[in-house]
Amino acid sequence: MFAELNSILNTSPDSFKPGEFILVSDKHTDASFLIHHFLSFYLRAGCKVCFLGLVQSFSHYSAISQRLGVSLTQAREKGQLVFLEGLKESLGVLLQGEASKGTRAVDFLRDPSSGLRGLYEFVRDNVMGAVCGGEEWGPPVLLVDDLSVVLSLGVSVGAALDFSHYCRATVCSELQGSMVMLVRCEAEEEEESDDEGSERLLRGLIHQCSLTLQVQGLPTGYCRDIHGQVRWITLYICVCVCVCVCERVGKKERKRLRVICSRRLLNALS
Amino acid sequence: MAAPKMSMGKPTADRLPCNTTSFQKKSRSKLVSIPGTRPSIQNGQLIVSTGVTSLDYVIGGGLAVGTLLLIEEDRYDSYSRMLLKYFLAEGVVCGHELYVASALDHPNDILQELPAPILDDIASPKTVEDQAKSCDPESQDAMKIAWRYQHLPKVQTALASSSRFGHYYDVSKTMDPEICQAARCHGFYLPEHSTAVTSPTATRQSPMPETYSSLLNNLQEVIHREGFDGSVPQTKSRNILRIGLHSLGSALWGDDLCCHENPSHGHALTTFLYGLRAMLRSSLSVAVVTVPSHLIQNRALMGNITRLCDTAIALESFRGSERETNPLYKDYHGLLDVRQLPYLNCLVCDLPDNKDLAFKLKRKQFTIERLHLPPDLSETVSRVSRGELTGTAMVGSSGCGSGSTGNRHLDF
Repeated sequence: MFAELNSILNTSPDSFKPGEFILVSDKHTDASFLIHHFLSFYLRAGCKVCFLGLVQSFSHYSAISQRLGVSLTQAREKGQLVFLEGLKESLGVLLQGEASKGTRAVDFLRDPSSGLRGLYEFVRDNVMGAVCGGEEWGPPVLLVDDLSVVLSLGVSVGAALDFSHYCRATVCSELQGSMVMLVRCEAEEEEESDDEGSERLLRGLIHQCSLTLQVQGLPTGYCRDIHGQVRWITLYICVCVCVCVCERVGKKERKRLRVICSRRLLNALS
Repeated sequence: MAAPKMSMGKPTADRLPCNTTSFQKKSRSKLVSIPGTRPSIQNGQLIVSTGVTSLDYVIGGGLAVGTLLLIEEDRYDSYSRMLLKYFLAEGVVCGHELYVASALDHPNDILQELPAPILDDIASPKTVEDQAKSCDPESQDAMKIAWRYQHLPKVQTALASSSRFGHYYDVSKTMDPEICQAARCHGFYLPEHSTAVTSPTATRQSPMPETYSSLLNNLQEVIHREGFDGSVPQTKSRNILRIGLHSLGSALWGDDLCCHENPSHGHALTTFLYGLRAMLRSSLSVAVVTVPSHLIQNRALMGNITRLCDTAIALESFRGSERETNPLYKDYHGLLDVRQLPYLNCLVCDLPDNKDLAFKLKRKQFTIERLHLPPDLSETVSRVSRGELTGTAMVGSSGCGSGSTGNRHLDF
């Protein structure tokens, strides 16, 4: 969890706004450090977290979360974290998956045209269980890493947008929980096709979300020390900061997100 | 996942165990040492060498076990094939098992053309040691005038890691058949397999064409049978499986990705790569895939393919292009672009400080170097432009000053 990011977003594990849909997007860089931040943030806040890890294995997230101070295996055992390991489930489906061992959640691999209904039902079952289960967890949180991979696997943009809409209706509106989704796009250099999948998905999700965090490389070019910039855009405010994700190896091994400079580009309230 | 140092315990049914306690001292004794691998200095990942030491340096020390390296082929598929052969040759020398799949050449032919290792050069080549020494400022004379710059490293053009990890190969000779026979190799030659594929579920809509499905199934079968996914109890010592897949996405694999701008099976290769990624994460294997990206017209699709791989590099060779005669590139055979580096079990990876890389293939070494623009010392470059400016200005002026042509080479 990055303290500086929390201070800029004006949130903390003790107090955060319910019902938020946060969209994290990146172009040509990797914004998954924000997903790790939000994962440890919500686990510390005591929420029931449903994590759809579609591109990496559980041990990858577990290793990083340990460095950020949260143990995923303990959270999973206690029931606070429900983790869908997309890679593991998908292998059963892709290898002659008639008598498949996979859950219904990855049905979209078997038949991409059917959409993400199975995945939504998985989310709904786990998220509803938090409310009715009688445990003392906070509001439910859904984290998706990342949604654009389903486009690579044949699912249509419309189906992905339907999925996020249904999830938002269930998690954010009905249960007053939060949602964080990561979308990875490719920057278009020429506008050859305006129907490019991930751009359309991004535009649709920006319309649905309440806060967007856009991670990009620096506009001036590649720099080794500063990894990129993060812009976040909410209803009234568009802020742009340059960040550097530092890792010091050695006795003091810490991960921190260092904010180099911050500019308020637009503030309609002032 | 790519096996971390702590996970060499008893294997569970279908995947490697992960560290469950939050505090565990990283001790080397726990790691079952597999020949040809070493833990990475950055984050403790188990890495193997690609066979080319410069490439190991560029991608952060080596290839992590459980990951996938994507090589975007150059136009004539010469250097990408060379890299694939280096990768397989390194596997033979380290004693790893090999899996080669190709639709064009028979895997046995590929294995017979592997470069011969230079085994008597075990004392590491002088270039590596010299550069390691030249980095050490104490061995130089202390700078008297430019003492502020003393602590900065000297510019290194050739990239090589300082430890001896990986071997050197002589491209002009092929590997001895005896050495090759000693390694266990599994091959997948598509024309042999396509006739044997009988799918009783042919009516079922499959996300992948038969070629990729059969390759994935064959690969899973080999991994499972040989115990790379931990299913076989430890009757023999652990080993790494090196997977080399040549020219995926080309028309020979039954994929029209390279033929049309909007292919009908647009998601075939990406689905296959997703399945391959899942398989690699749960077994002790490393894969290198070459893709003819110059034929793929849809750039977004190439972006999807790159994101599904862990490490991605692209080769562009100068052969046959006008750059071959460009004096800037005269020492090199092509450009190498590192498109993507993986973030595995860590928030940030070691980023290279320079992205302009060029490679050259010499007989005994495939070197990757930083491309330096030489300083522009030619006098004519700036003079001509200035002379032209003064010339045109003088024509319009009322004639103060001497004649325009005479002053062309004078600079005030």
